Amino acid sequence: MYQNKMNIQFTSHSENEAFARATVSAFLAQLDPTIDQLYDIKMAVSEAVTNAIIHGYESDPTKQVHLMCEYKLEETQPPNIIIEITDFGQGIVNIDEARTALFTTAGDADRAGLGFTVMESVVDNVEVFSELGKGTTVTLQKQLF
Amino acid sequence: MKIKTEVQNNILVVRLDGEIDHHSSTLIKETVDQLYQKHRVRHILFDFKDVTFMDSSGIGMLMGRYRSTIIGGGKVMLVEVKPEVDKILQLSGIYKLMKLYKDETVAVANL
Repeated sequence: MYQNKMNIQFTSHSENEAFARATVSAFLAQLDPTIDQLYDIKMAVSEAVTNAIIHGYESDPTKQVHLMCEYKLEETQPPNIIIEITDFGQGIVNIDEARTALFTTAGDADRAGLGFTVMESVVDNVEVFSELGKGTTVTLQKQLF
Repeated sequence: MKIKTEVQNNILVVRLDGEIDHHSSTLIKETVDQLYQKHRVRHILFDFKDVTFMDSSGIGMLMGRYRSTIIGGGKVMLVEVKPEVDKILQLSGIYKLMKLYKDETVAVANL
């Protein structure tokens, strides 16, 4: 069994959304994913990182977003990827509500409220752990069939 | 994300090049809103030929532009969306509000 893992943290600047996508793509290139698989993963990472920045931290540039990516390679199995995006920000009041399509707490801003919907459609499994006033971790799991 | 714009009669043509995410959506919104007002155009046409990625922030940006145009009875039109980018447009249901056309000529002809 072969395992690989990376952990980064970066300032809660929207510029870093592209950086997060590129970093995860570069790390997972080792697995030789298809273009579609990589695009799907980029979408999920982009949504989760954006949520951390604009909701977790309300775009506070003094804060850091944490991104972990790991994968396991087992003899007869397709690679299994786990990605965790963590913020130590305000937390989610009601996770089920937050995960509902079109729900957003963004007020007037042009926000579609589709972040979780997109994540759920492009990866196998999405788990959300959150504590008010403490932060949120979104865990994405995808197996590269 | 690079943005090029043109005014053609009463249409603001917006040519996007690069990735559309929360960061670039803010820039697109500011640029488009300012020009839309300044030139008093009615419709907005987004040229997606060189768009390589879009997440749901792009959907929010398009929805916001839809809201601006609908007030004056205008339309938002999309042209040349790549298949991978089309995924999120389909998923969001935004095609109920704005149509995808093969190219600009077809889009303008359908106004």
